[in-house]
Amino acid sequence: MISDAPVLQQSSDTAESAAAPSRLSRYARPMLGVLLPVTLALGWELVVWSGWSNGRLVPPPSRIFTTITELARSGELVRHIAATLWRVSLGFAFGVVAGTLLGAISGYWSLARRLLDPTVQALRAIPSLAWVPLFILWLGIFETSKIALIAVGVFFPVYLGVMGAILSVDRKIVEVGRTFRLSGFAMIRRILLPAVLPAYVVSLRVGLGLGWMFVVAAELIGASEGLGYLLLDGQQLGKPAQILAAIVIFAILGKLTDWLIEIAAGPFLRWQDAFGRAKGA
Amino acid sequence: MLALDRVSKTYPNGVHALARFSAEIRQGEIIAIIGGSGCGKSTLLRAIAGLDRASSGTVTLDDEAISSPHAKIGIIFQEPRLLPWLSVADNIGFGLADLPATERREKVARALDRVGLADKAQAWPRELSGGQAQRVAIARALVPQPEVLLLDEPFSALDAFTRRDLQDHLLDLWADTRPTLILVTHDVDEAVVLADRVLVMRPRPGRLFDQIEINLGRPRDRNSSLFETFKRSVLTSLDRSLDRRVPDRDATQGPGQAMWW
Repeated sequence: MISDAPVLQQSSDTAESAAAPSRLSRYARPMLGVLLPVTLALGWELVVWSGWSNGRLVPPPSRIFTTITELARSGELVRHIAATLWRVSLGFAFGVVAGTLLGAISGYWSLARRLLDPTVQALRAIPSLAWVPLFILWLGIFETSKIALIAVGVFFPVYLGVMGAILSVDRKIVEVGRTFRLSGFAMIRRILLPAVLPAYVVSLRVGLGLGWMFVVAAELIGASEGLGYLLLDGQQLGKPAQILAAIVIFAILGKLTDWLIEIAAGPFLRWQDAFGRAKGA
Repeated sequence: MLALDRVSKTYPNGVHALARFSAEIRQGEIIAIIGGSGCGKSTLLRAIAGLDRASSGTVTLDDEAISSPHAKIGIIFQEPRLLPWLSVADNIGFGLADLPATERREKVARALDRVGLADKAQAWPRELSGGQAQRVAIARALVPQPEVLLLDEPFSALDAFTRRDLQDHLLDLWADTRPTLILVTHDVDEAVVLADRVLVMRPRPGRLFDQIEINLGRPRDRNSSLFETFKRSVLTSLDRSLDRRVPDRDATQGPGQAMWW
């Protein structure tokens, strides 16, 4: 509610002076969230710099940054990031395609749901990491088993999201489609797809989050490159700065790819956006 | 002509919603269907729309049997049911997907103008008031120029002033192409303002009880004594349909009786 204040006040001419402090707070408020981590980081930097701690197990930010630049300069970093991104992309793609297809079939066709859904739900109850030994036996220790594991992680939220979204499409809106004699494909394209899109985007973002989680698991199990390998290598060689560097890069990549989905979906969800704006203004 | 021949509907749970309903409705006629709750008004409307199939009996429009939604039959529901992801203009053009884009744009622009929402063309449905949204729904149903327009308590969710506005507006729009209007309503006032003929239904099972011709010219003055007379006869018929004792309607009428629930 407080965020509306500047807009409201700008529209009235008497409140010009009052607008100044609230405009300040508009920029100040996001900064509040940054305050704690930055203070802690600077504090730790200071502690190590002044020699109160040697920072060997918990390296200061500067040392993490140095590690990243060193890795980047040697070309190692790009290679590891590329390997991890490639695995996540492939696993995500397979998981999304399978989850979307099966979710759509289960949501749209109740016979298929009765047939399919109990099995899928039972499989979902298995902790996905339990598949690892089996995947390694079946698919080998290299890329295939890793991508399969990521795909499994991505599959379930997408499947559930798509099925749930289709099942919860407003029957009254579907009826509008029927009165205009939409059938089959036209009904899917003009009513069902736009209606499920918001929930679908959410499930994609959840799926992507799980994809990043599972790529770490996959790379910890046995890999010669990738950010997960950097983690393991850092542990085995006692290089905490390298572990933290990999973690920071995971965070950046995860946020970036999530943001990509948001950007790509933006134009299609403008009608929801407008709702938020209308309520805010 | 729209012909209903012994239309019956029994739901799978055994509820006998509609029993042998027959009526003939001339092209361009305005019909109001009124009756107690559970009298099968909406069931009847949905059967005419082709949304639900009748258990027995037939609905025919110009000798063509109706069993599924038909291009010549439009429907307006109690809620506007606009598609939230389409702009107002695209909502109105929803039923015109087969037309070339320029022709569609033209028709939509004309319809927007006609319902007085030209400035809202690019707005999202969420940004409209209830009355505006229902006007968009009316425009959406009318642009494909249906021969029959069905209305299922279209104004019952609106406030009294907006409801009056929209009743007048509906008549105004009706005059453009004069489709047959079949209006299900709870509101005696609304029935007498709009209809050429009021069909009174009787509940459990739903069936036709009475028909009242409203021989009043248009525009109708809601305060004229003749209007009151017709309202009284509809109310009396309604009371009889529910086996109620008919009160002495010559006594002064309180405003509370203007609406019948």
